[in-house]
Amino acid sequence: MNAPAIRISGLRKNFGASEIIRGVDLDIHRGERHAIIGPNGAGKSTLFHLISARLPVTAGAIELKGENVVGLKPFEIARRGLSRSFQITNIFHNLSVFENLRCAVLWSLGYRYSFWQRLAGLKDARQRAEAVMEDIGLTRRRDTPAGILSYAEQRALEIGITIASGADVILLDEPTAGMSNTETEEAVAMIRRVTEGKTLVMVEHDMGVVFGLADRISVLVYGEIIATDAPAAIRCNAAVQEAYLGTSVNHHE
Amino acid sequence: MSSIFSRGRLLLWGACLVVAIALPLVFKSGFMLSLLCQIGIMVVFALSYNMLLGQTGLLSFGHAVYYGLGAFITMHTLNLIGKDGSPLVVALLPLVGGLAGMLAGVVLGYVTTKKAGTTFAMISLGIGELVAACALMFPGFFGGEGGVSGNRVIAKQAFLGFTWGPQVEMYGLIVAWAFLATVAMFALTQTPLGRMANAVRDNPERAEFVGYDTQRVRYLMLILSGLFAGIAGGLTALNYEIVTAETLNAHTSGVVLLMTFVGGIGFFYGPIIGAILISVMQIVIGGMTHAWLLYFGLFFLFMVLMAPGGIASVITVQHKLWQAGLLGRMLPHYLATALPVLVLLAGLVGLIEMGYALLAGEGVGAGDTATKVMGMQLQLNAPEPWAAALATAALGLLLTRWIGGRTRVAWNAALAALHGDKA
Repeated sequence: MNAPAIRISGLRKNFGASEIIRGVDLDIHRGERHAIIGPNGAGKSTLFHLISARLPVTAGAIELKGENVVGLKPFEIARRGLSRSFQITNIFHNLSVFENLRCAVLWSLGYRYSFWQRLAGLKDARQRAEAVMEDIGLTRRRDTPAGILSYAEQRALEIGITIASGADVILLDEPTAGMSNTETEEAVAMIRRVTEGKTLVMVEHDMGVVFGLADRISVLVYGEIIATDAPAAIRCNAAVQEAYLGTSVNHHE
Repeated sequence: MSSIFSRGRLLLWGACLVVAIALPLVFKSGFMLSLLCQIGIMVVFALSYNMLLGQTGLLSFGHAVYYGLGAFITMHTLNLIGKDGSPLVVALLPLVGGLAGMLAGVVLGYVTTKKAGTTFAMISLGIGELVAACALMFPGFFGGEGGVSGNRVIAKQAFLGFTWGPQVEMYGLIVAWAFLATVAMFALTQTPLGRMANAVRDNPERAEFVGYDTQRVRYLMLILSGLFAGIAGGLTALNYEIVTAETLNAHTSGVVLLMTFVGGIGFFYGPIIGAILISVMQIVIGGMTHAWLLYFGLFFLFMVLMAPGGIASVITVQHKLWQAGLLGRMLPHYLATALPVLVLLAGLVGLIEMGYALLAGEGVGAGDTATKVMGMQLQLNAPEPWAAALATAALGLLLTRWIGGRTRVAWNAALAALHGDKA
C-alpha cells in the first residue's frame, strides 16, 4: 500500500513524427498537492490525457496506486479511483446542475447500469450530489441546465463532477483558466477544501495559484521534466529560471 | 421531485387512460376505430424510437428492423399456437414480439452501438437494408411479397368475454399494451441507466470519465428500445392479421423518425403527439388526396425549419407564456397570423391538386382535364382556375409575411419578457 499514487516511468507520446512527451519519469506521492507547470506547448495537457487514457500511450509505463493502467479505457481508470477535469469545460449541457453531479456519483455508489431502481429513491446518490453542490457553491443553481450557467459556475461544476465520485486521485487541468482575480481566489479556496486528504495533480498557469496550493512542483519543458521539487526550491532552481520562469516568479512575490 | 408516483402525474396518466378507453364510445365508426388502433401502435413504436434519438442521442435509420421482426415472430407464433390456444395467450403475444425485438437488439445492437453519431446512423441504415434484403431472400419466413397472415381469433371459448375478434376488443388490447409500455418507458427515464443515457447523449467523453462505458449504455438502451419496438410490432401483427416486408423496411424506419421528430425529441410525451398527428395525417389526408406524401414532406420541412424542437417544445413554450400571464397578449397575434396562413394554404393546395391531377390524374390516367378541389369542379385546361389559385397563394404569402412579421416582433418581446422574469 506504499506505492505512490501515480508512478510514471519512461513515458513517451508521439503524434506522427513529432515527439510531444519525451521520456517523463515522475512519482506523485499519496496525499500531496502536485502542480505541473511549463511553457505553452510543453505537453502538460497531453501528460494528463495519457494518465487518464484519453490518449493512447506510445511507450513507457503508468502505475496508479501500484497497478499498471496503460492500455485501460478511461472508464476503467475512473473506476480505479482517478478522476480528472478538463481545460475546456466538459459537462452535461442539457442536464441540470444537480443531475450533472448525480451522474458523476452513480457509478461509485454501485448503481452501474441499473434500470430497475428509481433515481428518486436513491437517497445516497441525492445526498452526495447535494453535498458536492454545496461544496462548490452551486446549491442555488440546482435546477439550472448546466449549459446556461456563467463561465465561472461552469468551471466550478467541472470541478464538482471531478470530485463527486469520491476518487482519491484528482487531476485538474487549468482549473482557474479564464477567471478573474476574485473568482480565482474563491476557486483556490474551494479546490483546497474539496481535495482535502486526496492526491491532487494540477496543470496551472497562474503562478499565484501554483505556489499557494502546491506541495511540490514539476516543470515540464518540451516534453521533459527538468525539475521536481518543493516550491521554494523550484523558485531558486537556475535551470527552471532559465528555461521557463525567468522573472515571473519574482513578479508574483 | 420527479417521482412517477406523484399525485399530479398519477392523475395525468389516469386521465390519458380514461380518454383512450372512452374514445371508441365517441367515435363509433369502423374507420375511426382502425385509426385509433393504428395510433396506439405507433405511440409505442415512436416512444421506443425516442429512447434512442431523444434520450441517448442515437439517430437510427433502421428502427423498423426491431418492429418488423417483432411483428413476424408474433405472427408465426400465432400460427403455431393454432386452434389449441386461448385468447389469453393471444393477448400475451405482443410480449413474444417484444422478446424478438429485444433479441434482435442483442445481436444487431452489438454491432451498431460500437460507435455513436454519424457512424451509428450509417451502420443502422446498413443493417436496416440488410434485414430488408433478407426479407425478400427468405420468402419461407417472411412470406415474400404477400407477407405472412394469420387469424387472431383462435379459440371458441372467450377469455373474460374477449375473443379479440371485434375490432373494438383489439383496440382494448392495444390500449392496455400501449399504456403498460408507455409507463414502463417513462419509468426507465427515471432510472440510473435512463439518466446516464442522457449524459452519454450530452457528452459521451465525460460520461467515460465518470466511470461509464458509453458503448454499454448505448447497447443496453438499444436492446430495451428493441423490446418496446417489438411489442409495437406484435400489436401490429395482431391488429392487421398480416405482416409484410414493408413493416421492416426503410420507409417504416423513416416514418417513425418523422413522427418522433415532429412530435419533439426533447420531451417524453413528444413522440406521442407525433404518432397521433402523423397517423391522422397518413390516414385522413391519405384518404382525401393522392398527393398526401407531398403534403407530408412539406409539413416535415416546415417543422424542421420553424420548430425544430417539435410540437412538444411549442406546447411547452406556450405553457410557460401562459404561466407568466403572457399568452393572452399573444393569442390575438396567433389568430391574426392564422388567417393569411389559411389563405396561403388554400392557394397552395389548389395549385398542388390541379398540378397533381394534370400530371398524374387520379383514376383516369395522366392528362385529366377536370378535377374537384375543395368541393369546386375545376377545368384544368382553362387559365382561370390556375390564375385564381396563384393569386390566392400570392395574396396569402404577402399577408403572411406582413402580419407574420408583426407577430414575430410581438413573439420576441414576449420571449424577452418571459426570460427577463426568470433572471
